[in-house]
Amino acid sequence: MMKKQAVIVGGGPAGLAAALRLKEKGIQDILILEREKVLGGILRQCIHDGFGLTRFGESLSGPEYAQRFIDKVLDAGIECITDCTVLDITPEKLVTAASREQGLLQIQADAVLLTMGCRERTRGALATPGTRPAGVYTAGVAQNYINLQNIMVGHEVVILGSGDIGLIMARRMTLEGAHVQGVYEVQPYPSGLPRNIEQCLNDYNIPLHLSHTVVDIRGRERLTSVVVAQCDERYRPIPGTEEEIPCDTLILSVGLIPENELSLAAGVELDARTRGAFVDEHCQTGVPGVFAAGNVLHVHDLVDFVSLEAEALANSAAEYLLKGSLPECRLEVKAGNNVGHVIPQRISGTRDFTLSLRVRQPLSNVSIVVRQGEKEVLRKKMRKALPAEMIQLPIKAEKLSDSADMEVYVE
Amino acid sequence: MKRTFTCIVCPNGCEIETGYEGSQVLSITGNLCPKGKTYVTQELVDPRRTIATSVRVTGGTLPLVSVRLTNAIPKDRIFDVMAEINRQTLAAPVKIGDVVIKNILGLDSDVIVTKNIEKA
Ligand SMILES: Cc1cc2nc3c(=O)[nH]c(=O)nc-3n(C[C@H](O)[C@H](O)[C@H](O)COP(=O)(O)OP(=O)(O)OC[C@H]3O[C@@H](n4cnc5c(N)ncnc54)[C@H](O)[C@@H]3O)c2cc1C
Ligand code: SF4
Repeated sequence: MMKKQAVIVGGGPAGLAAALRLKEKGIQDILILEREKVLGGILRQCIHDGFGLTRFGESLSGPEYAQRFIDKVLDAGIECITDCTVLDITPEKLVTAASREQGLLQIQADAVLLTMGCRERTRGALATPGTRPAGVYTAGVAQNYINLQNIMVGHEVVILGSGDIGLIMARRMTLEGAHVQGVYEVQPYPSGLPRNIEQCLNDYNIPLHLSHTVVDIRGRERLTSVVVAQCDERYRPIPGTEEEIPCDTLILSVGLIPENELSLAAGVELDARTRGAFVDEHCQTGVPGVFAAGNVLHVHDLVDFVSLEAEALANSAAEYLLKGSLPECRLEVKAGNNVGHVIPQRISGTRDFTLSLRVRQPLSNVSIVVRQGEKEVLRKKMRKALPAEMIQLPIKAEKLSDSADMEVYVE
Repeated sequence: MKRTFTCIVCPNGCEIETGYEGSQVLSITGNLCPKGKTYVTQELVDPRRTIATSVRVTGGTLPLVSVRLTNAIPKDRIFDVMAEINRQTLAAPVKIGDVVIKNILGLDSDVIVTKNIEKA
């Protein structure tokens, strides 16, 4: 059995940034385990630009952004095993993995960093009725086929859900010669970023139909049409508004879910709101020495923030490894009025940290208020706040009380 | 005349209310930074976009390599540029920054490789 100070599960942007920071902080004995043949995570298939604007001040494609970190990880001599899937993690931090080259591996780690990313919600999770013909793909799978494998998935396309990946794929498929008939979103507002609505749909005259959903999928072997309908405010299809749209491809872009089977095996408790771990301000889960950051913790829209979060994680993990423990975090952070979720969910009240949150619905001219009992810690005015955009607020230790729980709400 | 723009320059995606006459911006609100005004001014006279796509690779570990433009091109030339890029085939290895087409269609923008692909 191998022993390592830090085992990093997943070599995407979160895992790579964490590895580099650990090394900078003096941790020598690091191992990255990655399921795919190469490092870089989901960014390998995100060939559009717009990555790295905050971090590098330039607009890079996903693979370029990832390569900057991969080069540094390799230069730093950090050990990586690719083509290696982690199968189990125990609460005692015994990691079991299957490597194509080395067979079954068992590694006892002092700290485990969970950076497995997320997966896409699928049709099953949506319970769309109808037959099961070919031609129905999640947006990420279509992106993988088109951008990595040179397989064009279809020609007459309907997109269900207005998540960013679906919007990006609407443009991508249009550029490749397909005809995208429209994007149908059940909510009365889009779930993707405004800039993607503009540059991926409006630029190519692709209509966005809000408060609409797909109610039927037709075709025997290959998809031949879908039936869409308008929805009421409780997302129920309105009878009589159905319209049949002939198409050979349906792309689902209906959300991402943190990938947490391994976290559960390790005894990590999950937050029903984020579908990721409960963490404290050190990105430490309820299991001491097990940390989480990136899309496995909560779904991010910008990779720049993923890298930052992973670096904050690594600062804490390095402290844990060097000192044996981290300051206790006994204060709870609660999501109040109109706040969908918060990260972290526990704090010490004695240190700086970054609070991440999403609002529940599109709002304008509101304030985000952070409060501990009678004490207002922070108030941020926002002209507009959208569920599509993660809000991040740096909080200074000198503003905090170390004895009262925290509430975050919209006013 | 009035028009609302969504600035695409950065992820903030500011909604910018603009009053204009021809290509002259008369009033502008909602942009969090000066780049928003530059964007709107450009949109009024000559909207430009960058694109990202892929090019076939022979003899590599993947059949495709991702590419992008180094400068934005006029929006109405996007499909011409796509057609030109689609005529290309590269031989592995290729690496980030390799120029696939210099000054594509004379539009003052290069097509560059954005991924490293080794020989298979
Ligand atoms: C399709 C898509 C499009 C996006 N577009 C943009 C954009 O335009 N701009 C932007 O800034 N951000 C974008 N994002 C967001 C950004 O790319 C992600 O937030 C970022 O990649 C998340 O990094 P991560 O390291 O947490 O996860 P990932 O990149 O998903 O990496 C996780 C890694 O863990 C590995 N892994 C998982 N389970 C195991 C296991 N059991 N054993 C070993 N390895 C495992 C996976 O193979 C993967 O390599 C997009 C995200 C997606 C999904
Ligand atoms: S105006 Fe400035 S801050 Fe707003 S989206 Fe444009 S570039 Fe970003």
